[in-house]
Amino acid sequence: MLQGTLIYGFVNSVILALIALGFNLTFGISGVANFAYGALYIFSAYTAWMLLTWLKINYLISIVIAVLLTSLLGGLIYKFILLRVRGMPISEVIASFGIGLSILEFFRFLGFVGSEYTLPVFIDGSVSIGETYIDIQRLLIVVIGIALVSILYLFTHYTKTGLAFRGMAQEERTALILGINSDKMATFSLAIGSGLAGVAAITILPLGQVAIEGGYSALLNALAVCIVGGLGSTGGILVASVLIGYAQTFTATYIGSHWMMIVSLIAILVILIIKPSGLFGKQKELEERI
Amino acid sequence: MEYRKERIDRGIKARTEDIYALFSYREMLYLLLPRVVPILILLLLTLMVSVYWQKVLISTAVFALLALSWDLLTAVGMVSLGQALFFGVGAYMSGILNHDFHLTPLLSIPVATIGGGVLCTILLLPVLRLRGIYFAMVTLALPLMLVRIIEATKIFGGTEGLSGLSGLPSIRFELYLSLLAVLVVLFFFRRLINTDYGLVLRGIRDNDRSVMRSGINIYWYKAQALFLASSVGAFAGALMTHVYMFVGMPVFEMDYSILPIASAVVGGMGTFAGSMLGAFILVPLSEALRGVGGLRIVIYGLFLVIFTVGLPEGIFHYLQRKYHQFERWVKVEK
Repeated sequence: MLQGTLIYGFVNSVILALIALGFNLTFGISGVANFAYGALYIFSAYTAWMLLTWLKINYLISIVIAVLLTSLLGGLIYKFILLRVRGMPISEVIASFGIGLSILEFFRFLGFVGSEYTLPVFIDGSVSIGETYIDIQRLLIVVIGIALVSILYLFTHYTKTGLAFRGMAQEERTALILGINSDKMATFSLAIGSGLAGVAAITILPLGQVAIEGGYSALLNALAVCIVGGLGSTGGILVASVLIGYAQTFTATYIGSHWMMIVSLIAILVILIIKPSGLFGKQKELEERI
Repeated sequence: MEYRKERIDRGIKARTEDIYALFSYREMLYLLLPRVVPILILLLLTLMVSVYWQKVLISTAVFALLALSWDLLTAVGMVSLGQALFFGVGAYMSGILNHDFHLTPLLSIPVATIGGGVLCTILLLPVLRLRGIYFAMVTLALPLMLVRIIEATKIFGGTEGLSGLSGLPSIRFELYLSLLAVLVVLFFFRRLINTDYGLVLRGIRDNDRSVMRSGINIYWYKAQALFLASSVGAFAGALMTHVYMFVGMPVFEMDYSILPIASAVVGGMGTFAGSMLGAFILVPLSEALRGVGGLRIVIYGLFLVIFTVGLPEGIFHYLQRKYHQFERWVKVEK
């Protein structure tokens, strides 16, 4: 029992980290809190489903197309809408929230509700670790999660674009002086963040069904992890998702699955009272927050 | 030859800005017209429309109240994405008072207004220190979480809600009460924000550090503004509970968070009159669009995007400019 909870808690932590990665990347680099994140997450899942079911394209290819389309959509949203209100946080939040709402509710209007909207698992079957049976999809989530974090680490530390990203995140004006085009970088950051949302959706959603509410809860989970971990710090995200992930799983096992969502709220409130900058937040983030 | 547009205040605007307004009927009329005409139109509407549209007017007034409360919070620099929190807390409080303690609506509405305001303020007290998007994130999460709590613990009627609550005396009473509340809140907020007290509130939005440096406790002021705004929202919720004679989980729905923001954005933020105007445009419009069903929220979302990006000043500021200023083309001197 306990062993199973520990394993499933770990999987849940990786899921949370996957969901939060893209949101965190976008915010850390461009300073835009992308409230359309949940919608992009669901958009990629539905796109993959449509390609797979209606056009009967190979699953792998439809995944790639769906992720690329999501990333393109994210880039376009920045280029044509958010760029115009950049630097005005209120307008950024309202505009991106409006976009997300329109996308999600448009899917609802088109009738994408029901149990037939499921994505197939990558590899069927399950293995046992000790006494616990775990399906291969969950193991794959862990593998993909770890791979993505390592790729992102290598990308931001060893490529020119990645270094430009970090430069932007640290000090935008100095980055401008050094010839980094901040608008272009911010567009890229939104595109990559949205692409990550797409990857997360396609890895995670085969576990359940694709539903519009999933978009809202993905956004809430991303927010919770980012607030607890400290926005913009990848280490903080990892620690926070382990904390919240285990807390959620233990709550679901020993108290009741209804209480799972409340855990994130309590985590947010507690961290805001004790350490408002987040677990790994630095002085700069503290200034932005209070 | 190049031209540019020049805007100049009308002479009568300058003449009516002070005590001199009392010098002639024309100038007094200039001041009174924009304030009295909308009230008269509202009064006429209540007398002319059918019962169905009277119900629509009541819900318009409720959304207008939520929009006014959103506008006050924004004027202090707190962007709320969860007006449904205030609405829902007020609605449930009034519903419980009526259902379990058998208070009459005339008593439970005022108690829920004050009580809801206090409760929401206490709920948001830990996050008052947050600024900008961080505050917005928490307010977005809170109503969604409260729904889960009610669903999980099955308190207050759980998923079924509380039904069979007592209603208000008549639909006319509901209508005039709600419209009166909108007007009172509108003129109260408009006056409040221009007093010295309101100056402190606006200062917190513009530069909270310098307000702190003036030796003012900004958290105390923020808590007061939050109490005012959430009381107004709670009143709207309490009123709606007794109009429908039912309270349930739908009171925390997205509609109650989005429509007020959309109203404020469409009408124009920061003037309160704009938010009210926005609500009086959007809610009847959405009623007329009832045929499109689920597309309604999509349209609100697009309104939000189009107005924030394309017309950030909103309708009210545009009208106000036309009323106070005239425009002409002048040659650009090289």
